Amino acid sequence: MQRRQIFRWLLLLGALHVMVACAGFFAPYDPVQQDRERPYLPPMKLHVVDERGHLHLRPFFYAARVREGSFDQFDEDTDKAFPLRFFVTGARYQLLGFLPCRVHLFGTEGTRLYLLGSDGFGRDQFSRILYGGQVSLLSGLLGAGFTLFMGAIIGAVAGLYGGWRDVVLMRLAELFLALPWLYLLFALRAFLPLAVSPLKAFLLVIVVLATVGWARPARLVRGVVLSAKERDFVRAARGFGASNGYLLRRHIVPETSGVLLTQAAILIPQFVLAEMTLSFLGLGIPEPAPSWGNLLASLQQYSVLVSYWWMCLPAVAIVPFFVGYQGLANALNLEVATEKIEGKRGVTS
Amino acid sequence: MRQERAISLRTWIGDALLLACATSLLPAVAISQQSNVNRQVLSVPGETGRAGGRAVVSLRAEPKTLNPLTAADAPSREVIGTMQADLIHINRATQLTEAALAKSWKVSPDGLQYTVMLRKGLRFSDGQPLDADDVVFTMRVYLDENVHATQRDLLIVGGKPITVRKMDAATIVFQLAKPYGAGERLFDGLDILPRHLLEKPYQEGKLAQAGTLATPANQWAGAGPYRLKEYTPGQKLVVERNPFYWKADTTGKNLPYLDELVFLFVPNADAQVLRFQSGETDMISRLGAENFSVLSRQQRGFTMTDAGPGLEYNFLFFNLNDLGEKTSPEMAQKSKWFHEVKFRQAVSAAVDREAIVRLIYQGRGAALWGPVTPGNRRWVNASIPHPARSIEQARALLKEAGFSWKTGTNGESSLVDSAGKTVEFSILTSSSNADRTKMAAIIQDDLKELGMHVQVVPLEFHSLIDRVTQTKEYDACVLGLASFDADPNSDLNVWLSTGGTHLWNPSQAHPATRWEAEIDALTEQQLAAPSFEQRKKLYDHVQQILAQYQPMIFLASPNILTGAKNTIGNFHPAVLEPYVLWNVEQLYLRNEPMNASR
Repeated sequence: MQRRQIFRWLLLLGALHVMVACAGFFAPYDPVQQDRERPYLPPMKLHVVDERGHLHLRPFFYAARVREGSFDQFDEDTDKAFPLRFFVTGARYQLLGFLPCRVHLFGTEGTRLYLLGSDGFGRDQFSRILYGGQVSLLSGLLGAGFTLFMGAIIGAVAGLYGGWRDVVLMRLAELFLALPWLYLLFALRAFLPLAVSPLKAFLLVIVVLATVGWARPARLVRGVVLSAKERDFVRAARGFGASNGYLLRRHIVPETSGVLLTQAAILIPQFVLAEMTLSFLGLGIPEPAPSWGNLLASLQQYSVLVSYWWMCLPAVAIVPFFVGYQGLANALNLEVATEKIEGKRGVTS
Repeated sequence: MRQERAISLRTWIGDALLLACATSLLPAVAISQQSNVNRQVLSVPGETGRAGGRAVVSLRAEPKTLNPLTAADAPSREVIGTMQADLIHINRATQLTEAALAKSWKVSPDGLQYTVMLRKGLRFSDGQPLDADDVVFTMRVYLDENVHATQRDLLIVGGKPITVRKMDAATIVFQLAKPYGAGERLFDGLDILPRHLLEKPYQEGKLAQAGTLATPANQWAGAGPYRLKEYTPGQKLVVERNPFYWKADTTGKNLPYLDELVFLFVPNADAQVLRFQSGETDMISRLGAENFSVLSRQQRGFTMTDAGPGLEYNFLFFNLNDLGEKTSPEMAQKSKWFHEVKFRQAVSAAVDREAIVRLIYQGRGAALWGPVTPGNRRWVNASIPHPARSIEQARALLKEAGFSWKTGTNGESSLVDSAGKTVEFSILTSSSNADRTKMAAIIQDDLKELGMHVQVVPLEFHSLIDRVTQTKEYDACVLGLASFDADPNSDLNVWLSTGGTHLWNPSQAHPATRWEAEIDALTEQQLAAPSFEQRKKLYDHVQQILAQYQPMIFLASPNILTGAKNTIGNFHPAVLEPYVLWNVEQLYLRNEPMNASR
């Protein structure tokens, strides 16, 4: 039962991640390309019935035209209908970061289609959300992976060897847990060079996230290791002369896998959120490259907040991801719990 | 000299009206308030208002001081502007000088001697008389090197300080070493200080401690329309009507109309908008275009006014400092590009100024090709060309300067210099100024078309200024300056190569380039030129040199956007600072019952 639950959540998350990973294909435009004639354009409406009441099988839309003498008021130009087309050739991109490609899932010819509106520079909000997800999710995944790796090693060492190593490592973990991490991030960022390229900034964010995040998983892993090393089969293995390395590899690390997976499902969205916080405050990925955080940063301005509702859409876009990870974490947690019960039953019978 | 005639006419009208008032309204006025007979009150034209009530405005930050000698920040100057007065004042609406504490003035034919006659019966806001001794004392303090007055630089004409002599209790003679082009505009902003309060601290060398925010209201005075009432740290500063003020309306009623003026400290622009929207403040200025359009869309009980192009000019400049031997080779390479005039001209040709005006100012601004904005009609050089954006021309200029293009593996074309190095640099902007950060983003996108890789680095304002003027560790920077006066002399510090605000290469011992030397020489001549036409011709030439050599790539100038409740009378925002409070003594509340409830 649990397995199927986990599988369902994984399927949802997988689909979402593929969409973001192949942002170039799903997004109709280059996320940094500006269209200075159409700043703050509201999401375009897809029509099936035209001005004269004719029904079209293929959805279409009208081009936006800025209202005379205004800045952000647009009218639909109903003279010409632009049908929605699939698999169109457009802006150059690299699929998954290496395959040069020009085909986009949908688009149009002759004008630009803004499915979720445009920002203050006339950049396509839909494309930016997809591309922004690449940065945010990847830093979440990498940050969580790195953190868990560090946490697992430190936790296992502390738990298995005990003694002064345990004391030092755990006091250090407590210190990191007690640190106000946001201020730590500010301080860290202030020490770094002024102009950093988007790639460096991205790596930096990950390193920063991982450095502050390892303490909690390390403590959890230590707990599991402490109990695992007292289990009968581990003692038995030790009795047969197994080395510490062998014990870790064969018996103890597999025991922690449930905890680690659950932690991963919890930590990934947390780290995505941390990246967003950093970028929102202007400390993460620099413009013009999009990330979910810096997409939301424009909402700091009162005028944007009250005038252009579609600028809040990046916040909506992250909801399915977070729900997916939350669901997965719950299912994994249950799975780990039932496994434990079943495992214990197996031992006693 | 149209300017001078206009002034004498104005003074004359004023006096005539005053005479009429004094005779016809004498009985009524004499009873209700202090007699105007032995006072030479200045009668100002404008709507006749109703006395009483209070108005509330917000300030971006707390003022640092109330002492005109040490005030350098905008909030302090704004508050002091309502509490102090000068001899001759520049009318913010007409941009011409007019009599203030001085009743009239005479200039000697050689332009070296100004004889200023004070009004009769002037008093400070604490009731003490103001006479020639106060003026002489004020000048002595301003000119004292140990005081470090912000106005001191302006009072050194031709390398020598102005000397001041008292003729009688109401007449003072100012002697200049050289003729001063801007003439009596010199006196604007020279607030006359109360000698009876400041002489003792001055002799004890404790002038800096006088007139601070901690000074009790009864120990501070000025000749402005308002005087200090109370200061609540972190919240507000309240000023009350100065009963001894020297201006009256056309019916002879003493100004100012409002009993009280409250300055609320509201630290951010959006919060100011919200306060204004909710009716907590009566007037708002220094609005961004986006907030202006938000407020314009929901005008309820208030009216938004676009006062037109102001004097603020925004620009991009490159680091043209001589970095010396110890700089990194990378920085030296960049410095070589930046020093190339054609490189700067190419950048200028590639920048889409129209897009800046449209996307950032929502059309409420003007594109710039020189430092003088269209708002400054008297001084703008109309012959400076306004070339449209041209990528082709920019490419041609770069090619001439030895740059070429190379296509990378991902199909992107990059600009490389003659040594084969890719052109990449960063642009600093102030992180607190969203407009300029957006400008930098537009420039970044524009220059991408030339194959330049640009990064935008938003930085906290003080560390940005520190980098530009002290450490000089930067590539390029987007900044804005706002002249405080339409006259070019208010920007001397920017254009003279010795100036501290000569941003691209500040405080030079000797002009680094031929054209900088030429600007210095032209400015020197302009300072001493006797007529406006001659000065204009010289300044036009300065503008031309700037447009040609592009030490600053001028971008755009925002309009002055303001708003006020419909109940505020005589609200006429100007394009000069202080945008809405320049005629604070004439502002009044229209509607009694509504305001009584507050």
